[in-house]
Amino acid sequence: MAHTQDEILAGLAELVAEETGIPAGDVQLDKSFTDDLDIDSLSMMTIVVNAQDKFDVEIPDEAVGGLKTVKDAVDYISNAESAKA
Amino acid sequence: MTGSDDRQIAVTGMGATTPLGGDVKTTWEAALAGTSGVRPLQADWLERYPTLPVEFACRLAEPVTEKLKVPEIKRLDPSGQYALISAREAWAHAGAPEVEPERLAVCMASGIGGLYTTLQTYDTLNEKGARRVLPMSVPMLMPNGPAAAVGLELGARAGVHSPVSACASGSEAIAQGVDLIRRGLADVVLAGGTEGCIHPVTIAAFGAMQALSKRNDEPERASRPYDVDRNGFVMGEGSGAIVLESLAHAKARGATIHAILSGVGVTSDGYHISAPEPEGKGAARAIRAALADADLAPADVIHLNAHATSTPVGDVAEAQAIRLALGEATDDVAISATKSMTGHLLGAAGALEAIFTVLAVRDGIAPPTINLDNQDPKITLDVVGKEPRKLTGTDRVAVNNAFGFGGHNVALAFRNAD
Repeated sequence: MAHTQDEILAGLAELVAEETGIPAGDVQLDKSFTDDLDIDSLSMMTIVVNAQDKFDVEIPDEAVGGLKTVKDAVDYISNAESAKA
Repeated sequence: MTGSDDRQIAVTGMGATTPLGGDVKTTWEAALAGTSGVRPLQADWLERYPTLPVEFACRLAEPVTEKLKVPEIKRLDPSGQYALISAREAWAHAGAPEVEPERLAVCMASGIGGLYTTLQTYDTLNEKGARRVLPMSVPMLMPNGPAAAVGLELGARAGVHSPVSACASGSEAIAQGVDLIRRGLADVVLAGGTEGCIHPVTIAAFGAMQALSKRNDEPERASRPYDVDRNGFVMGEGSGAIVLESLAHAKARGATIHAILSGVGVTSDGYHISAPEPEGKGAARAIRAALADADLAPADVIHLNAHATSTPVGDVAEAQAIRLALGEATDDVAISATKSMTGHLLGAAGALEAIFTVLAVRDGIAPPTINLDNQDPKITLDVVGKEPRKLTGTDRVAVNNAFGFGGHNVALAFRNAD
């Protein structure tokens, strides 16, 4: 079942918090993963792998570079879920 | 008998998480009280693997959640988690010495490494595919992972090392730390060992070697070094770490010196992949080398913390090695076999037992050997039985032995600081 944008954001924020200790509330749509949240590439890959598992979508390696902001990731997951449905 | 001053290394901090306690103090108190660290294995393992030969082990006394944050736990294999806990305690205990990062090294060994992570990653690959394998799997499973984690924690830049020599690994790490200081490459070294691999795979594999006690009907009495009814070791987990400093560095900063690490001896048997050389020649050479390095004589030794795993063959070979190394002086040495209480911490064993040896010379007391009901007549040693024994005298010298599959032998000689 497809998730709403809010549900995806909340789920993603939880994964970021688990991986990095950044409070989930700080993970907002306009935040950049690297510039604002200071997430390194290893943590980013971990979050991506866990997001694939959580939302049951595929995020190919070549797509990860395009996920600059939290909104990019939420949109990507949302679109991937829609494409599957 | 103190040896030349530039060969002497001060022990200024200790940390541990063990089957007897979540830190050094509780572990030592439990050891002196003769406590068994045996606990039942998790039930789901037993249901899933009904043919496992053993239903008990020496699990950690305190869960890691008491000391580590969730992100730390998620990013470290159990072996790395335990290492971080013991290292933090040791560093704080040493008073967090001020040292140039370029003069600080870490030697943190593991005998088996990140087995949990390896096997979990394999399960993930099989069940969910390669795209679900976590990128942190590699730093978590690599045998130098714990050393790297501790090195990062302390900002060590004089080298981060992780010698692998099976059940002698923790002791070899300490020996390596001594070397780094003596060669002038570091002023302070955090050294120790860690192991977190109590898993159906290791239980099955060590069981297949006939190395484990299968005394499922009385598990607390299963680890019984030197007893005539011993039938193998009990797997344990945990970590021990000590802070080593050049004596000059420790004195200059006014550090509390818990003991002096005077000599190290490292040898190999060149004999068999798992069995010790039966007459104990290789182990005896390690003990003699440690004493020679320390400029000590056998008659100076009053206590020895033995490797003594509780296997039928290993204990006899070690007893012969001790007599071969110390000769007539053997009869005046109080021998403790603390694995009777902690189980066998594999790559962490030598580190934890080095801590016990430091505490024995510092506090003047030899820990007990529980479950020693009938000493094997082939083992002619003065074994400290079920009660701890006071160590008299003002010059207290003790040796700690550690041996590993592959014929690794390490002996460390400690003396009290004043």
